Amino acid sequence: MRPFEYQRPTTTDSALAAIAPGAAFIAGGTNLIDLMKLEVMAPDTVIDISRLGMDGIEEDDGGVRIGATVTNSDLAADRRVRRDYPVLSRALLAGASGQLRNKATTGGNLLQKTRCPYFYDTDTPCNKREPGTGCAAIGGEQRNHAILGTSEHCVALHPSDMAVAMRALDAVVEIRGAGGETREIDLEKFYLLPEDRPQDETVLEPGELIAAARLPAPKGTRQVYRKVRDRASYAFALVSIGAVLEMEAGRISHAAVAFGGIGVKPWRDGAVDDLLTGEEPSEGLFEQAGEVLMRDARPSDGTEFKVGLTQRLLKAVLTEATQ
Amino acid sequence: MKIELTVNGTARALDLDPRVTLLDALREHLKLTGSKKGCDHGQCGACTVIAGGRRINACLSLAVMHDGDEITTVEGLAEATGGTLQQAFVRNDGMQCGYCTPGQLCSATAMLDELREGWPSHVSDDLNGPYELTHEEVSERMSGNLCRCSCYPGINAAITEAGAAK
Repeated sequence: MRPFEYQRPTTTDSALAAIAPGAAFIAGGTNLIDLMKLEVMAPDTVIDISRLGMDGIEEDDGGVRIGATVTNSDLAADRRVRRDYPVLSRALLAGASGQLRNKATTGGNLLQKTRCPYFYDTDTPCNKREPGTGCAAIGGEQRNHAILGTSEHCVALHPSDMAVAMRALDAVVEIRGAGGETREIDLEKFYLLPEDRPQDETVLEPGELIAAARLPAPKGTRQVYRKVRDRASYAFALVSIGAVLEMEAGRISHAAVAFGGIGVKPWRDGAVDDLLTGEEPSEGLFEQAGEVLMRDARPSDGTEFKVGLTQRLLKAVLTEATQ
Repeated sequence: MKIELTVNGTARALDLDPRVTLLDALREHLKLTGSKKGCDHGQCGACTVIAGGRRINACLSLAVMHDGDEITTVEGLAEATGGTLQQAFVRNDGMQCGYCTPGQLCSATAMLDELREGWPSHVSDDLNGPYELTHEEVSERMSGNLCRCSCYPGINAAITEAGAAK
């Protein structure tokens, strides 16, 4: 690990004042410390934001406001979250291990790096790690890469379970700027597509800090999270789906379906939600949704299986959610 | 950097480079070598200790971030918990080489606390419980601790026995 200076400010304002080019915030550290050991990331200053009191879960205009340093464990076990946002509890519990969930935070989960093995291997080219060097993943081992939103420069997928549920719940990210100002952005618009700049992953500007994630009042009571992976626990998703639905008089009145394991960012497709909304649930409808979802998919030989796997999982999830 | 940790009930002053992980601080600086370094990347659980009552991977945490925290390692576990779990591991043959055992013991101790506090798991049918200490629940809740000797049946039985005894 490269040497760095460690700072632990006591207020959010002083943390924002301390951040500078080359510095990094640290909260749980479960991803950043790993990346620093591998020297994939080498900040010269590490600013500890774990004790700034950003760890509260509060009622918020019918919804909840989740502080950036709320741990994945505390969020999954929160009584309101279990009651009103079970898809979020389920997604969190499907991710990582008990030890990691006790450290990993809400803000850090949103900002976690891809697990593309080439991003972690500093001996291989990677446009995300070292812009302009090329992509070893394209043409390399591909089982865990994205099939939606990819570009000729990057096929790395976003590995979060939590963010998939948050996409289906229409989460909003609350951001503090260097001047202390606050801005909010829909999670939908928070992540960027890789295109020709895979190093730019979110709309966060230098010096900005995630303060919280906000969830509006739940729009559906039928919430399902399903995850398919190579082992029964403690593995990243090959495919995962978080669905929030509501039914009225036998028809789907609200549909929000988000996907993990297949997209360069936590994926949601308005055309899928629109197709389902207002319709009576049926096998044919769910199959059509799977076709629409995959209309622009760009699988490789190594990820071709994800197309059918996702479509079958979607059918199972929608069947469960509409029963 | 000067920090203080309370390790197994004793205050310990340390002067550390900020790069030192909590695991290396315990093993190399305090000579508490019970906590093991397996993968050093948070994938195996051999380094599991209890910090502020919660189990964590000591390898993925900077020691300086724990200034003022209470840490329990395997060396202090028997005194803190009475040794029921350790005895259950012996009785149920919950180890072969023993390298993962300190992490298994710390992890299981904190896991049983999580269960008592009503935390759900991925395999819980109802997010609001109640949760039985079934084989499936123990396997899921302990999935962050790998055993290369694959003593999982014995480990699972030992934790189930100790959990039921409490």
